[in-house]
Amino acid sequence: MTQNNYIKSYVHVKNNTVSLNGKVIYTDNDPDFKSFIKGAYKATETKYPKFFKMDSLSKLAFLAGDVLLNAEQLATEVEHNIALIFSNKASSLDTDRKHQESIQDKDNYFPSPAVFVYTLPNICIGEISIKHKLYSENSFFIFDSFNAAHLEVYATSLLVDNKADGVLCGWTEFDGEDNYEAFLYLVSPEGKIEHNTEEIIKLYSN
Amino acid sequence: MEALKKELKENIIEQLNLEDISIEEIGDNDPLFGDGLGLDSIDALELIVMLDKDYGIKLTDPKEGKAIFESVEVMANYISANRTK
Repeated sequence: MTQNNYIKSYVHVKNNTVSLNGKVIYTDNDPDFKSFIKGAYKATETKYPKFFKMDSLSKLAFLAGDVLLNAEQLATEVEHNIALIFSNKASSLDTDRKHQESIQDKDNYFPSPAVFVYTLPNICIGEISIKHKLYSENSFFIFDSFNAAHLEVYATSLLVDNKADGVLCGWTEFDGEDNYEAFLYLVSPEGKIEHNTEEIIKLYSN
Repeated sequence: MEALKKELKENIIEQLNLEDISIEEIGDNDPLFGDGLGLDSIDALELIVMLDKDYGIKLTDPKEGKAIFESVEVMANYISANRTK
């Protein structure tokens, strides 16, 4: 029997605005990313002290994931079989540059362990998984641009093969304060928006 | 010694990104790990770098940090006795 899958909910974080299912839930005119993401953290009552230790990519992805998953009201005390498939273009380049700066001068060579641990893009997946107890398959892909077709095929495969009960997918890009964007969506057997490439692109472009 | 302890608290807050914590909230004898400030293993490594960068103290064995980073008071005493800059 063929199982129909749907996009149950989606979240955008871009242009100093956080929106959930198309509805703005936080916006800030401050052009500084640090101020914006801190304001969004407080406004969305994220309540996770480790948030402030994350790099910018993880803060962005974590906040987006947290807003979406909190709205789903997942039980916090049990594990969830929700897979994560993320993607972006710049990988962890923003943090890679910070690490590079700290090792550039041989006479002032003090690499920061706290920076170094974020020199991989998929660390942001771990941050979300730890808080929300998502113990399933996860992957992080690097593409030139948002690749809805790839995400759709992979998420469908996981659900059809019963590898996951739901799949959190999307694009989490941070390459400097002027170039950031998170778009995440939850694919599930429940929902109203059909899970296909056309709908994913439509939601992403909103 | 009081100035060093104040400096340490400021550096710990800044370098470990302890948001919404002020130096007044860190007691000289408060445990830094576990139930105290709740620092983790990455924070311990960051403190080892801080000792080297700011005070010229190189810990060759990270396990030494466990005793040295017990509290701000213990850290300040260790730095006073071993600093090279």
